[in-house]
Amino acid sequence: MNTRNNTVSQGIDWTIVTLYAILVSIGILCIFMVEYRTGSNWFQLFLGGKTNYSKQLMFAGVCTLIATFILLADSKLFTAFANLTYAFGILLMLATFVIGKDIKGSKSWIALGGGFNLQPAELCKIFVALALAKYLSMQNTDFTKAKSQLIACGIVLVPAVLARLQHETGLALVYLSFFIAMYREGLPASILVIGISFGALVVATLIVEPNTLAITLTIIAAMIIYISWRQIKRNIRLLAIIIVTWAICVGVQRFAVPYIFNNVFECYQSQRIYSAVGKDYDCSQNKNNKSIEQPGLKVSFKPDDYNVRQSKIAIGSGRFWGRGFLKGTQTRGKYVPEQHTDFIFTSLGEAFGFVGCFGFLGLYLFLLLRIIKIAERQRSAFSRVYAYSVAFIIYFIKA
Amino acid sequence: MSVFNQSRGRVIQIIFFVIFIVIVGQLINLQIFSSKYRLAAENNAIFRKIVYPDRGIIFDRKKRAMLENTISYDLVVTPVESKGTDTLFLCSILNIDTTEYKKRMREIIFKNTSVKPSIFEPLLTQELYAKLYENMYKFPGFILTDRSVRTYPYNTGAQVLGYIAEVDTGFLRRHKDDGYEMGDYAGMNGLERTYEKVLMGERGIKRYIRDNKSRIQGAYENGLFDTSAIAGRNLYTSVDVEVQQLAEKLLQNKIGSAVAINPKTGGIIAMVSSPNYNPNSLTGSERKKNLGRMLLDTSRPMFNRAIKGQYPPGSTFKPLGAVIALDEGLITPGYGFPCYGSYTSCGVVVKCEHKNAGHAGSLRLALANSCNAYFSQIFRMSIDNPTYRNPQVGYLKWKEYMNSFGMGRTLDVDLPSENRASVPDTAVYNKAYGKNRWNSCTILTLGIGQDKMTATPMQLANMMCIIANKGYYYTPHFVDSIEHESTTDTSMLGKYRRKHVVTSTSDTVFRAVHDGMHDVTIYGTAAGIKVPGVEYCAKTGTAQNPHGKNHSLFVCFAPKENPTIAIAVIVENAGFGSTWAGPIGAFMMEKYLNDTIATDRLAEVERISNANLIPDAIKQWYARKDVQRQAKLAMEAASKAEMNADLKNINADDEEDSSSTPATDKKINTEKTNPTKDRKNNKANQRVGALFINQSKRLKVVSTKA
Repeated sequence: MNTRNNTVSQGIDWTIVTLYAILVSIGILCIFMVEYRTGSNWFQLFLGGKTNYSKQLMFAGVCTLIATFILLADSKLFTAFANLTYAFGILLMLATFVIGKDIKGSKSWIALGGGFNLQPAELCKIFVALALAKYLSMQNTDFTKAKSQLIACGIVLVPAVLARLQHETGLALVYLSFFIAMYREGLPASILVIGISFGALVVATLIVEPNTLAITLTIIAAMIIYISWRQIKRNIRLLAIIIVTWAICVGVQRFAVPYIFNNVFECYQSQRIYSAVGKDYDCSQNKNNKSIEQPGLKVSFKPDDYNVRQSKIAIGSGRFWGRGFLKGTQTRGKYVPEQHTDFIFTSLGEAFGFVGCFGFLGLYLFLLLRIIKIAERQRSAFSRVYAYSVAFIIYFIKA
Repeated sequence: MSVFNQSRGRVIQIIFFVIFIVIVGQLINLQIFSSKYRLAAENNAIFRKIVYPDRGIIFDRKKRAMLENTISYDLVVTPVESKGTDTLFLCSILNIDTTEYKKRMREIIFKNTSVKPSIFEPLLTQELYAKLYENMYKFPGFILTDRSVRTYPYNTGAQVLGYIAEVDTGFLRRHKDDGYEMGDYAGMNGLERTYEKVLMGERGIKRYIRDNKSRIQGAYENGLFDTSAIAGRNLYTSVDVEVQQLAEKLLQNKIGSAVAINPKTGGIIAMVSSPNYNPNSLTGSERKKNLGRMLLDTSRPMFNRAIKGQYPPGSTFKPLGAVIALDEGLITPGYGFPCYGSYTSCGVVVKCEHKNAGHAGSLRLALANSCNAYFSQIFRMSIDNPTYRNPQVGYLKWKEYMNSFGMGRTLDVDLPSENRASVPDTAVYNKAYGKNRWNSCTILTLGIGQDKMTATPMQLANMMCIIANKGYYYTPHFVDSIEHESTTDTSMLGKYRRKHVVTSTSDTVFRAVHDGMHDVTIYGTAAGIKVPGVEYCAKTGTAQNPHGKNHSLFVCFAPKENPTIAIAVIVENAGFGSTWAGPIGAFMMEKYLNDTIATDRLAEVERISNANLIPDAIKQWYARKDVQRQAKLAMEAASKAEMNADLKNINADDEEDSSSTPATDKKINTEKTNPTKDRKNNKANQRVGALFINQSKRLKVVSTKA
């Protein structure tokens, strides 16, 4: 979690600091639960710094230090360096292709030594936020113009594409959250609507049989035409719009979605999304599947939705009150793969149940709303955009 | 602009809320409304380890253990932890070479992953165990685990004791509620099966937490739900191990059976069916192979002839025929029949061994001389009893007597699958001769123990008990008492403690039967058979056998006054009852009553034991099997030579590879090649032919045991 404590001019919003500190503590606690072994001297291990939770704690300490510096620094500094850092971030990401280290099939890490690794795509999010904020706050930027909108999109999409090329689709998707920040600053609502509609359509494609969905879409189109027949009589262009929309919808449903799932996403991601709506995904269709099976790349490939199933079991077994601290069998038995990273939430769900999860999410929501509230208070567009971006970054990490 | 942006800010807040609610909704669904996940988590993580109790021990009447449990050790390895093991040293202890070691490791990892413990070498010998034990510190990843194995210190009573084996799916289906699981052992035959519930004890269950690779992480809830194992309870039987051993020895190289019962209690002293097998051959690693071989054996060593073999009782039935006639009041002990060498009243001639007048002048004389005519006559009298309307009703009455004596029905001994043999129903004769178109003449030879009547050796021994007891018996059984007897045990054993009074004949009348049978041993057919210092009563039989030479039968009880042992012996296709069956019965009585065999009679024991009376057909079958085995061995030898050639090449390669290793190591390697090569070849050769299936099955068993 790479966010910094935000400053409101010279004052510090202690609520956010507290919330953030609590959330970080919960995070470290969760990692501790994952790593804990019965009978092992955890305190010694902790001091040894070899475990993930002690690493995380050290990281949090370093962050606090940096945060202090940031607080002390003049806020103009960020505006000044925004473009520079953005360039630096992109450069780092490009460098990853050359000096990157293989970790679990994705070449997106740079080894820093001492067991620490840096993922430039992760770091770059902040730089993108800064750059975007700077661009939107520039005096000569008129965000109602299509040109500025395109440039803003470009700022966001370049690192997104790079992240995707590093097989980090999840991170690439995080960059899309900047679009919501842009929406706040005047990006046409239609883009958001189209985006959400697209999302709905994708989900519909996954759940509903392709032919059934096509027929349903056709019927909906026909009904709209029928209802708005009078308007169409007056304005023939409306008919064209409806038909084009229908054609795009069917096209997306028939071709685009399968293409995305088979060619853009990694096999496991497709599976994760499919199983989220309760469907099975056939990995043999996935193009990336083959590239991963290349000799030399030793990736243990689970042919089913093992990860998702085990995470569901972990969260589900928590029930209302949870199984108690360090008592989760799924966590203790290491049934959930990568539990200390991607699936950390499962340990929380198992140990503290619905109550714990709800509390955690509540804190999270509170933090986000707090950030937005502060963002709205900002006089400078720069700060506002930056705050929004930060809010969405945090949000998407979770989701 | 500001207003516009404010509303957009609101929209974004709404988006946050919507997503928050969606996630919470999912959580509610997962955590509150679906209970299957908790269950799935427990199935994942809780490993129920069954702690096997020691099975109960079976003792003979003098509290000698007929079978025991011993601990056998397996060498178990967890491959991932075995790095740093002194492989060379381990191989030299186990007498294998490193190639074999690597091969086994590969197989283990392939079959049971590298993180779970698997058996590397099963059933270690004492010597091997000791050697390994003191060097275990050199072999990280290897441990010695114990398991309980049955042993039979007296090598006796295989068919009676039965055996235990891993349960199969059919067994699990039949015993759904008894809590068996795959990999359990259960009694499959004999007493092990009948008293399974007593012997098995109660298994303990320990619950552990395991991780995603099935490695144990610790006790579940600190052992709160664990139960401890309760050892199986012991059985105290009436068997006399020494009599049993003697009877087995006497019956070896013969097909036949001997049963000895204590008439006072119904407790079985010895029960032998020959050919039999060494019970120790069905424990340990050779079990599968031996079992398969025995099941295919034409002489059926697994078949307990004592309770399943059906033999015509022949003359041994005569005392019982007399008891029926006496009890019905048709004859008195003084009844005589004028026999001049045959019974002719029915048209068909039943020959008698004796011609002299008066040899059937009384019951006692008729029994002593085994007069066929006399017993044909009294049988007819029973059937044609004027009390009953017709011979069919008379026969039914006679059959009722027989059934009450335990003939033609199962006696309910405490062994599984007892045969009831046959006392035919009227339906059988109605079918054969037409309804009511048969009479006492048609079925005349029933009276001398032939016709359609058969009995198991145990039924014959029980018959002797009834006569010895003068009219009552206890159901024959092995188990006298159970350790810490519970009420269910008592009700189970209750039927063996109930006295069955089957006649109303007075003791004085029975005396005539006893005297007649005693006379048999004085001047009758058993005159040549003596038991030193014991007066006994007996009856020989030579049952005609439609399939070959006559069966040799002998029934007896001793001592004459206050008998404590009743015996029935059958030797198939051995001719006269007095030649083979008689002496066997006599030695059993002597052993039981005198505790030893008189030294001057030991030679006779050896003579009988060495006599081979197995029918030619079966001998030929064995000869054929031998030829086949020879052929197979020759074939194996041929392929062995081939393998040797291959192996030399492989070894040559190995040598090249290991050229960098120190010279001493190399020396050991080369020294070891010869013996180990052979062993390896044997294994390889077993792949040739049908044995491959056995081998793989055995491996499977071993792996499941682990």
